Amino acid sequence: MENKNVQEYWKRNLKYLSILLAIWFLVSYGCSILFVEQLNQIKIGGYKLGFWFAQQGSIYVFVGLIFIYVFLMNKLDKEFDVDEK
Amino acid sequence: MDAQTWTYIIVGATFMLYIGVAIWARAGSTKDFYVAGGGVHPIANGMATAADWMSAASFISMAGLISFMGYQGSQYLMGWTGGYVLLALLLAPYLRKFGKFTVPDFIGERYYSQTARIVAVICALFVSFTYVVGQMKGVGVAFSKFLDVPFHWGVIIGVGIVFFYAVLGGMKGITYTQVAQFCVLIFAYLVPAIFISIIMVDNPIPQLGLGGTLEDGTALLTKLDELSTELGFKEYTTSHNGKVDLFFVTAALMLGTAGLPHVIVRFFTVPKVADARKSAGWALLFIALLYTTAPAVAAFARTNLIETVNEKEYAQVPHWFKTWEGTGLLAFDDKNGDGIIQYYNDKNEDYVKNVAAPKGWQGNELTVDRDIIVLANPEIANLPAWVIALVVAGGLAAALSTAAGLLLVISTSVSHDLLKKWLKPDISPEKELMAARISIAVAVVIAGYFGINPPGFVAQVVAWAFGLAAASFFPAIILGIFSKRMNMQGAISGMIVGLVFTGSYIVYFKYLGGTSNQYWFGISPEGIGTLGMLVNTCVALIVSRFTPAPPVSVQEMVEHIRIPKGAGDAAIH
Repeated sequence: MENKNVQEYWKRNLKYLSILLAIWFLVSYGCSILFVEQLNQIKIGGYKLGFWFAQQGSIYVFVGLIFIYVFLMNKLDKEFDVDEK
Repeated sequence: MDAQTWTYIIVGATFMLYIGVAIWARAGSTKDFYVAGGGVHPIANGMATAADWMSAASFISMAGLISFMGYQGSQYLMGWTGGYVLLALLLAPYLRKFGKFTVPDFIGERYYSQTARIVAVICALFVSFTYVVGQMKGVGVAFSKFLDVPFHWGVIIGVGIVFFYAVLGGMKGITYTQVAQFCVLIFAYLVPAIFISIIMVDNPIPQLGLGGTLEDGTALLTKLDELSTELGFKEYTTSHNGKVDLFFVTAALMLGTAGLPHVIVRFFTVPKVADARKSAGWALLFIALLYTTAPAVAAFARTNLIETVNEKEYAQVPHWFKTWEGTGLLAFDDKNGDGIIQYYNDKNEDYVKNVAAPKGWQGNELTVDRDIIVLANPEIANLPAWVIALVVAGGLAAALSTAAGLLLVISTSVSHDLLKKWLKPDISPEKELMAARISIAVAVVIAGYFGINPPGFVAQVVAWAFGLAAASFFPAIILGIFSKRMNMQGAISGMIVGLVFTGSYIVYFKYLGGTSNQYWFGISPEGIGTLGMLVNTCVALIVSRFTPAPPVSVQEMVEHIRIPKGAGDAAIH
């Protein structure tokens, strides 16, 4: 494969990584730890929102992030023709 | 039938299942033995990873920990799941593309250095041993509590089973038994949780039940907050310790998860790079089933426990109370001699002065071992006897599957990294396979021995295993993939500084009498791995800039692992 293409592929990958990891950080450390008191002011059903993020929501988001990455990368691999046949 | 008979039947049946699977999935080659032939379906690998990951501690102790820590327990929930995001995004696909058998393999080749390989092997061995001894202890506890077998015989039976399928099947046998063990353990965890959720908040989904309302119309969590403050404890759902430590512990557990060798090697077993990513997603989904249920179990059990026993006459307590007193996990000490159980926070001075003393209470009278939350939960909620038996089988499945995965790492470290790659490079594949079988056999026996006579350091599994994995492997692997300029000198000095820093902090505070007011920035030894990781990274980056760039062949290898194409088989290179 062309060297330029490899670099472009890697750059796109890094872009996806930084966006997804930013969300990962925001949900776990942001919503669940640093801003938990503020979010606890909001109530959803019997849950305080900050507590829900810390013990439920963050885990759901983690699972979602991985599958989104799988989807994005499968598409990217095809686009740059680097997928395994 | 009583619970005892049910336990014999269910535990016996699951053990037969594991043995059957092991005979079916025997290993014929080193590749079978190390990476299950590299042909495991991503969903199967996800289940195996989940079983490998969820240990006796996750199954038995975690809900109990949360039950007594409340919001603060979130560090385990997030810490032990969030690492999979790092694994899937930053490690698994590239290591799969690299296509070797072990983590020290990667470190050794990427940093073109035998020293780096040996540092990695020693870390892998230490981390895995600390971890596996805890599992063996868990097996012993489960047997001795439920089957009336002496503790050491419990460990020996567990060792025997693992011995059989690990020596016979290597990674292949372990992978497929772990799939079976995952099914057993998740079923065993969810059934009682669903029952209790229906009983308490009339919702069959525990994840929703945690936010549900009780019969009297108050929300479960509000009720639990009230009960907690009434007894002088802190509110269940709010934070009360320093945020810094919570932050650092959560991060150390995440980084450690992503750096633990027995988790990483699971991603060498799938056929393709794309499968490694997908497999991490499935693994986390399966893990999340238990990890989102655990906080519900914790809250249900805590509410239940307080309401059933607090300020009740001891003569009137339910049957299960007396049974569990017999095991020593639950103890009542009638300090003021009034025959009534007073359960409250006697460390809270205001509460003792203003509430407890005027009522004539002379200290908390109930001590509850946290493990009881999961183990006794079915009895507390009056569930049928077979559910109790199921929980025992689930706990054993969790402990055995984790132990097997760790033992495999130990044996490959010896037969592959030490023998084949270092001491005796000309060893034939047949002899290497034999060496792998012998070393796993020896490792099983040693782990069993330490399970019965645990050395002091294994009590600190969380601090040691996760701290060291976070401070050594994680940065070395990440920098190896994402920084082409990272070289041998940088990586080795980073790992050594990270290890020494983290190790000394843990030793000082856990063994040499350091007290919590001496913590740096309020970080406990469980969270110091995060700082160790940062120190490692900084040292590695600085040293690498002042030393020569890695050879061209290594730089090309880094280019090569960044794209999925041409992954091929795990062994060919």
